[in-house]
Amino acid sequence: MIAKDFFIYLFIMAGITYLIRVLPFVTFKKKITSRFVRSFLYYVPYAVLGAMTFPEILYSTGNYVSAVAGLIVACILAFREKSLLTVAIFACVAALVINLIYIAIS
Amino acid sequence: MTNFIKGLKDGIPIALGYVSVSFTFGLQAVSLGLSWWEAALISLTNLTSAGQFAGLDIMARGGGFWIEMLCTQFIINLRYSLMSLSLSQKADQNLKGIHRWLTGFGITDEIFAVSMKNTDDISSKYMYGIILLPVLGWTGGTLMGAIAGSILPSVVISSLGIAIYSMFIAIIIPPAKKDSAVFKVVLISVALSCILKFTPLLNNISSGFSIIICTIIAAVIGAIFFPIKEEKE
Repeated sequence: MIAKDFFIYLFIMAGITYLIRVLPFVTFKKKITSRFVRSFLYYVPYAVLGAMTFPEILYSTGNYVSAVAGLIVACILAFREKSLLTVAIFACVAALVINLIYIAIS
Repeated sequence: MTNFIKGLKDGIPIALGYVSVSFTFGLQAVSLGLSWWEAALISLTNLTSAGQFAGLDIMARGGGFWIEMLCTQFIINLRYSLMSLSLSQKADQNLKGIHRWLTGFGITDEIFAVSMKNTDDISSKYMYGIILLPVLGWTGGTLMGAIAGSILPSVVISSLGIAIYSMFIAIIIPPAKKDSAVFKVVLISVALSCILKFTPLLNNISSGFSIIICTIIAAVIGAIFFPIKEEKE
């Protein structure tokens, strides 16, 4: 990507993200009372993360088998409420082990 | 000054968590063709996780997808407007004017959650304190990830590609265990995302718009069928 395109993207990303944060902070004094809007905003982060994770996680390691291994490990540890870092490290190690096995046998 | 110190202390665990997440961002950015300073500049100016990762996907396709970038960032980051609204209710008398324009930049999921929990009235000094270290951690972690991405062997890099997704899973599953409505909303969003990805014709929809569509439909269904109780915020 050329530098000009990068800076246009950067400007759009940083600008919109900043305005979303700061405009309600400097203007609104009252709480949002609409139960629908509050419920919608409550669910947005979870829906975003779900849509970003699946099915992309299956393509994240260059090999479906190692991706599924990492996914299973991540789900088990997350279900046990381990920290983000712990979950990530063990998922990566699981994927790495499978990837190394594939390299060794091929 | 004590408020500033208290903010700094509250920011330490957040900053440590950010180093690990932003490390994977730096890694991914370099693997998609960005340079280390571009990755660091994105982190320094955006200070957000999901939005930056989604932005990377769009950047990787080259220039021209300006509207898609704008819509994606808007939807993914819309939740911050609710947080900054809530935060504005707890701001003390000093946190106004220019201080709101400056500290508003640092409203993230974690900074919002910690500052709402740890203080009764939020002062501008507290906000500057709690924002400082997480910004450094987020940008520094990105730099480390970008540098690591240029020197680690390729099998390690591709295995680390799952790091960010496993962190997303670690964020989603604990609340989904406690709140079946969250679980259902996530399932709907995941199902829609897979349908859009694997159905002919629909798979022409780009990843950014796909995330927007899945998020809006799933969150609207959640809001209609499982409206939150007033104490959930």
